[in-house]
Amino acid sequence: MENTQRSAHSAGVEDLIEARGITKKFGDILANDNVDLVIKQGEIHALLGENGAGKSTLVKILYGALEPGAGEILWKGKPVSISNPAAARKLGVGMVFQHFSLFEALSVVENIALALPKGEKIEALSRRITEVSQKYGLPLDPAALVADLPVGIRQRIEIVRCLLQNPSLIIMDEPTSVLTPQEADQLFITLQRLASEGCAILYISHRLEEVKRICHNATIMRHGQVVGSCDPTEETPASLARMMVGGEVHEICASEHKGSPGDVMLKLRNLSIPSDGAFGIELKNVNLNLRGGEIVAVAGVAGNGQSELFDAVSGETLIKDGYGVEICGVPVGKRKINDRRLLGSAFVPEERLGHGAVPGFVLSDNILLTRYKSDPDLIRRGMLNQSLAAEMEKRITVSYDVRMSHDNPEARSLSGGNLQKFVVGRELDRVPKLLVINQPTWGVDAGAAALIRQAIIDLARNGSAVLVISQDLDEIYELADRIAVISRGELSEAEPAAAMTPEKIGLLMAGMGETRSKVTASNAGDVHAH
Amino acid sequence: MSDISMIEAVLLTIITASTPLLLAAIGELVVERSGVLNLGVEGMMIVGAVIGFAATQATGSPYVGIVAAMLAGIAMSVLFGFLTLNLMTNQVATGLALTILGLGLSGMIGEAFIGQPGISLKPIAIPGLSEIPFVGSLLFNQDILVYTSYGLVIAVYLVLFKSRTGLIIRAVGDNHSSAHALGYSVISVRYLAVMFGGACAGLAGAYLSLIYTPQWVEGMTAGRGWIALALVVFASWRPARALVGAYLFGAVSILQFHAQAAGIGLPTQLMSALPYLATIVVLIVISRNKNLAKVNTPACLGKPFVPDR
Amino acid sequence: MRIELVKRAEHSQTMTVVSPLIAIALTLVCGSILFAAMGYNPVEALYAYFIEPLTTSWSIEELLVKAGPLILIAVGLSVCFLSNSWNIGAEGQFTMGAVAGSVIPVLFYDYTGVMALPLMIVMGVLGGMAWASIPAFLKVRFGTNEILTSLMLVYIAQYILDFLVRGPWRDPDGFNFPESRLFDAAHVLPKIGEGRLHIGMIFAVIAVLAVWWMLSRTLKGFEIKVMGETPRAGRFAGFSSKGVIWFGFLVSGGLAGLAGMAEVSGSIEQLTPVISPGYGFTAIIVAFLGRLNPVGILFAGLLLGLSYIGGEAAQVSLGLTDKITRVFQGMLLFFVLACDTLILYKFKVVSNAKRIKEAANV
Repeated sequence: MENTQRSAHSAGVEDLIEARGITKKFGDILANDNVDLVIKQGEIHALLGENGAGKSTLVKILYGALEPGAGEILWKGKPVSISNPAAARKLGVGMVFQHFSLFEALSVVENIALALPKGEKIEALSRRITEVSQKYGLPLDPAALVADLPVGIRQRIEIVRCLLQNPSLIIMDEPTSVLTPQEADQLFITLQRLASEGCAILYISHRLEEVKRICHNATIMRHGQVVGSCDPTEETPASLARMMVGGEVHEICASEHKGSPGDVMLKLRNLSIPSDGAFGIELKNVNLNLRGGEIVAVAGVAGNGQSELFDAVSGETLIKDGYGVEICGVPVGKRKINDRRLLGSAFVPEERLGHGAVPGFVLSDNILLTRYKSDPDLIRRGMLNQSLAAEMEKRITVSYDVRMSHDNPEARSLSGGNLQKFVVGRELDRVPKLLVINQPTWGVDAGAAALIRQAIIDLARNGSAVLVISQDLDEIYELADRIAVISRGELSEAEPAAAMTPEKIGLLMAGMGETRSKVTASNAGDVHAH
Repeated sequence: MSDISMIEAVLLTIITASTPLLLAAIGELVVERSGVLNLGVEGMMIVGAVIGFAATQATGSPYVGIVAAMLAGIAMSVLFGFLTLNLMTNQVATGLALTILGLGLSGMIGEAFIGQPGISLKPIAIPGLSEIPFVGSLLFNQDILVYTSYGLVIAVYLVLFKSRTGLIIRAVGDNHSSAHALGYSVISVRYLAVMFGGACAGLAGAYLSLIYTPQWVEGMTAGRGWIALALVVFASWRPARALVGAYLFGAVSILQFHAQAAGIGLPTQLMSALPYLATIVVLIVISRNKNLAKVNTPACLGKPFVPDR
Repeated sequence: MRIELVKRAEHSQTMTVVSPLIAIALTLVCGSILFAAMGYNPVEALYAYFIEPLTTSWSIEELLVKAGPLILIAVGLSVCFLSNSWNIGAEGQFTMGAVAGSVIPVLFYDYTGVMALPLMIVMGVLGGMAWASIPAFLKVRFGTNEILTSLMLVYIAQYILDFLVRGPWRDPDGFNFPESRLFDAAHVLPKIGEGRLHIGMIFAVIAVLAVWWMLSRTLKGFEIKVMGETPRAGRFAGFSSKGVIWFGFLVSGGLAGLAGMAEVSGSIEQLTPVISPGYGFTAIIVAFLGRLNPVGILFAGLLLGLSYIGGEAAQVSLGLTDKITRVFQGMLLFFVLACDTLILYKFKVVSNAKRIKEAANV
């Protein structure tokens, strides 16, 4: 079947790397389940899948950053053991990480020199960098300081650093997630050129449009397994999205929410916030009305402004325009987080440990953390009511099934799922009128995820408004009444879940809803021209 | 003519006052570039001073004293390295502990030497150059430690900014996780940097007890280790600026002596407090320029490196 | 084979209590070696140092006189250190508290009303607070490193004191000695019992109880601990980092100032150029040895007080140099910090085979 699907491009070309039966477990979670993958020389091979589908695990195994539990890897037909990244580099595998391993205080050439064997003079290397970077259309100033460079250029450094090691295979993890459309177009030209020279590329992405555009083959993963492979040039972004999300998924989405819409609990009006630092995302003109009784989900690929949106709604980032955020009809843009809590809202951030909870504090103290203002009985004349906090801790850990080795342990000793149940339970216990929750079940086991999702649905059915920010489409369909998509700081119109097919979400995630990308589409031709 | 010799004398004393600051600051500069904040400079310096003095008294050779002082500084710094790098203790608290321990140890070791006349280190005239009027005697008729301090500024500049070793040191100080990911041993690099800092602090101490006031006086560092720490911030972690800063501070502390001697109406205590006051003012000026501090501060300064397993 | 540190799931409750004791034990072992190296019988020396002073009521009283300021300052520092501010200039705040507390007895010595002592106490506290507010302000306003500024201010405070006692505040009838006039009886803190012990020790006990209560029972204490450990979570809870910096510095400065005032008014009864054997720095050791817990600090303060007395006693009975006290104190802090690692980590012996496997797992 594979042979027929593979394009003429790879016919008769030798297999570069083959992974057979790769299996990897993390605790109870099967991250990779008997995964097979073949990459030919000179092909751009897409690895598609949602967050948590097992792509990163597989890639880390190929790069020697993780050891597989079972399975073998063949390099040009011979079995090899890739025990660490250095061994991978020696074989000829290079990797461009989503989170770069760069040194901000150092120049471009210094960053690259650190990854290469010693001996080469900085001046000679600078010349080589200029040469290679121009050859592949990735212009770089070797003397520039990384701290001064935008994210897109930083990625170029990683790519050039990779290229200077003369790799036969380059693994790229979500390379366009940090690029502007123009930069992405430039990257595609580079990748095609590399492929034409015989270098294979394993390309991991969510953006279906670009996979269709540049990849010769695609392997699709879901829940740790390979669920199919295809020639993306013969597919549509819609059919790719269906394969990635799984056909059965959106059947659950039929919403039970038929009651009359409640009052507007959260209103975002032309919310714009400039980006903070090089890795921050600028929020652009975000609008949203969220009513009591409904769950609105914000879908999107990581790093498109989700945490900025969360901070603006929670009040950790204050904004100049008080009316940019309204909670329960009160403009709160300039009000702090506890004022917003007092209005009846509750927040669950993405990072459980270190943001939602203090790692070294016991659970009852962590209850005080977010509830000392909203529950007046917890503080009497400046004094903590620790017995009440302990009571609440018992109540919450029992009703949300938080499993602990002993009563009231430190937050850091809990497993991810149990801590998340606690952090969510701490807020739901108040029965807030508005719940804003970022990545409710990220990295959480299936049992805990089901419990948390059920609790969120129950809250909404009792009349509260819920804003869920998530990167997990399964979760979004399970929960949402309406869905909006965030992409590069812009939020699409929230539409009924039934009207939002996975194809449509995929397209919006891929940037089709952005105002800016329309401009780019017309420019794309120019870029291709040279 | 006498005016010139007066100026020459003042400049000579400025060199004397600046050299220990420069030696200690240049060492700490390398330590901080590697991402470690060693607040124990004062402690390493004073142990260097007493050991240098003791070794000189025992052998009659100040050169043996200098080597002994360096070794003492290194020994102290290894203690600091073991706690902060291996046991991952808080660097601020451990640096303070090093200072307190150093002050205590030096007091105990030095008790026997109080009041003993020391053996001063003789200047080495560089043939030819030292004959040049004015400049010659200022720059080319100095003791070995002054030459060393200049040499260190140049060497540290070259190593830090022109060599691969320096590149690795700066990389480790900027982002220890990335450096670890690229396969560099963060702990080893930091150990070496910390030991270099200890050796320099030891030299600075030896300068005090062998040249500045060739005798042992308890607590003779008088906060110079702390001023050296401030100098590193002032220099924004650049060797040449550390040289300028050290001489600026040296000048302030010498000029206040001369001002006191000249009998201007200000209380002597105010004049004596001047170097410390100047340190605060300099720190404020530097920290007001947020951009400068942001760009130059090693990003991992003071953060313990915990390799994840 | 090698030894590796492995992170524990939770803070070890046992080690929280045991680790300072291990540190003390290690200090005594090292101390014995030191004594032996210096040619003394270690048992005899340790006895002279740590046991003998506890056998006479006079020296126990003297111990309490020394422990009082240590505990007062350390309790304040614990608040500051817990909130992750590094005030290491308590010695300067102590000095300025002493200076401010001496304004009435030196300049308004005629005023001997009942309010004289309470006013002196208030002024001592304010003097320490004012001195501590300089690094606090600079840190909040400009982000200036508080470690260096607070330390530089120690030297400046000492020169101010020196200037005063040699200049304007010098006792006119003092034969040109650099000392202020002796305080009037109305300006001297009441004594406890017959000896030198004054109510400064009671201030220390009150401070221990108050700060212990504040840290363990009140929202303010909670805020301090959250901001010290995880500022991001603190902001999520709605706490202000600037407020916490100010609070830590003012409390520690105020208590150091009170200690300074109590020292001159209770023990010395006049201002002299040197009023402290390094209490402000030794208190840092006390704070860490007490694990930043006020009750722990009470015991740690007594132990460090004993080290001062022991040093003097051993000098008299064995001819040991009293400089060894500072060495003991420094060693103790080192061991305390090293043993603190045991609270969050445990040692594990890793064999070579395992290590290679782990290296592959990096």
